[in-house]
Amino acid sequence: MTAYIIRRVWQMVPTMLGVILLVFILFNWVGGDPAYVLAGKISNQEQIDNIRRQLGVDQPAWVQLWIFIKQVLTGDFGASWSTNEKVSNILATRLGPSLTVLVPLLILETIFAIGLALAVAYVRGSLTDRLVMIVCTVGLSISILVYIIVFQYFFAYKLGWFPVQGWGNSFRENLFVFSALPILIALTVSIAPNLRLYRTFFLDEINQDYVRTARAKGLSENRIMWIHVLRNASIPIITHLMAGLPGLLLGAFLIERFFSIPGIGREVILAVERSDFPVIKALTVYVAFATMASNLLADLMYKAADPRVQLK
Amino acid sequence: MANDTPLQSPVRIVREIPHTVSPGLWALAWKRLKSDNVGMVSLVIVAAFIAMMIASGTGLVAGDWAKESGVNYAPPSFLGADIEGGTPAAPGVPAAPTAPAVEYKSEVVDPLADVLAEIKGEQKPAGTDAAAASAGDAGKSVDPLADVMADIRKDARSAPAEIVATRAATLPFGGDKWGRDVLKKTIKGSETSIFVGLAAAAVATLIGTLFGALAGYYGRWVDDFFNWFYSVFSSIPYLLLILAVAAVLQQKGTLTIILILGLTGWTGVFRLIRGEYLKHKAREYVQAADAIGASNGRRMFVHIFPNVSHVVLVQLSIYAVGFIKAEVILSFLGFGVPVDVVSWGSMLNEAQNELILGKWWQLAAAGTAMAILVTAFSLFTDALRDALDPKLKGLAGA
Repeated sequence: MTAYIIRRVWQMVPTMLGVILLVFILFNWVGGDPAYVLAGKISNQEQIDNIRRQLGVDQPAWVQLWIFIKQVLTGDFGASWSTNEKVSNILATRLGPSLTVLVPLLILETIFAIGLALAVAYVRGSLTDRLVMIVCTVGLSISILVYIIVFQYFFAYKLGWFPVQGWGNSFRENLFVFSALPILIALTVSIAPNLRLYRTFFLDEINQDYVRTARAKGLSENRIMWIHVLRNASIPIITHLMAGLPGLLLGAFLIERFFSIPGIGREVILAVERSDFPVIKALTVYVAFATMASNLLADLMYKAADPRVQLK
Repeated sequence: MANDTPLQSPVRIVREIPHTVSPGLWALAWKRLKSDNVGMVSLVIVAAFIAMMIASGTGLVAGDWAKESGVNYAPPSFLGADIEGGTPAAPGVPAAPTAPAVEYKSEVVDPLADVLAEIKGEQKPAGTDAAAASAGDAGKSVDPLADVMADIRKDARSAPAEIVATRAATLPFGGDKWGRDVLKKTIKGSETSIFVGLAAAAVATLIGTLFGALAGYYGRWVDDFFNWFYSVFSSIPYLLLILAVAAVLQQKGTLTIILILGLTGWTGVFRLIRGEYLKHKAREYVQAADAIGASNGRRMFVHIFPNVSHVVLVQLSIYAVGFIKAEVILSFLGFGVPVDVVSWGSMLNEAQNELILGKWWQLAAAGTAMAILVTAFSLFTDALRDALDPKLKGLAGA
């Protein structure tokens, strides 16, 4: 087990270097000289030279790359170009609000999607099954923007059930008052694709021999579905959940933007709008790292879900 | 007599077999697709949208979408002109079109909306000006992008008589902030969104297929290199990668957004095509091609490619749906198409503020058009996959 983890982490090194190289090339060459972006409108040659020296852009490429690698390793990306706040500080303070929305969302979404998918898979081929699938397909096709705009308008603005937007200081208030509508919207949007996907996972299992055996033994349908089928279908579900985890952090960026939640996703949008390169660079590298880590975690969770899985 | 018939029929069958050409993959797939009602209906809808895109692109329909043919926020005809509480009834006043149009705007009272307050504030000085110019001024006061609006205003001024003469109190599906017909605007927006989606899907599929073919065919270090490249790209969440590229590329444009989506989205098709090439390169027909002296490139793209092209087609279709959705989100955020190009995303962006004023029709038009196309396209993709998937080939024939 330990040997496996060490080997997997070792295999991440070239990929991680590739990500660093990609981000480095993207931000130092594709977009032109970063000094001009930072200098903006008030630029004379002297100022630009100054900024170039500060950023180290006047150094040869391999020195610049080394500076960037050191930044990644130490976590010190310097200060944001627009607010002068330390980048590490930005990331640390924005993570909390994002997680306040995402953790309850993930738990609720998984419970609802699995429960509904099991129910629909149980009555497969029936009218209910078909209707649910049609609703899911149509629901999937409506842009997430339309959901957010309409829900925010009706539930918050018209009916006043929720605050239109905002974020407070107490965790309780944030979770139960400000996060409620964002979570509801995200749940509505994400349940359709997950329900469809999980249904196919369950359908793959439901015709297997072991299900027939379980039925022949006289087990209750509840036990068959919730224990036997669910456990066997859990591997693709875990893969799907873990693969989507880092993306979820950003995927909520539209919701964070609409509801002014000071999270990671909103920070990305702001950074792109302001051409705040250090923030985007730091986020890209660390989210890539989080993706690799969650893939590894998914592989380890297979073992827990299915003892037959051999980690090699 | 009785002997003749059984004797003749086997002979006839034996003789006919060489003449019947066994149907190819595409003919079979088309036959299967035709028997799939849902697939055919969605194919017709998708084809209609693409035809609309071409017609709009060549200027056959909605060429005059930018014409301000109605009053500002003209409601849809089926609602009637008077839906705003404090607004004096405007329908049925075609006699002197200029004056009612200005009054209609300036007397709109909605204390909740600062956007409207802004319009009102700017409206008073404008009201002293010529009536024809006030329309342009009102638009300009809300829009921070003065350059674009100046252009629009210049256009409007070049033919003021025409603009004023045709301003209607209602439009078939309502009007936007500048009184442009929402229906025509939606058609124009569809053109942009569908074109970007299809073009970006083509770019991504092309790159993915090329990389996948090289990696799968040559194997060894080429495969290692492309796999490394793939793992680098796929370890960065897709939306973050798009946003990072959008941040770096400062200029906005339709071509830029196509390239961003295309250059970052090739990973899915790469993995599939690489697998297909790995499988095919050891087959007998490729060895035979080798024996007759076909070059590597010829074996890759003339011999193997037609045998994996169905995978490419399905991926292209899946990508088109995904990229249409992505374009809408990017344009909504302002990282997509430039401001003077209308797309579903930019329409939804405007609709966000309009909804608070109670003007829901632009949101409904853009949202519905997109939902119909995406539903049809996803169902068509499913049907296409069922028709082309080699795994189901035996099942469908039986």
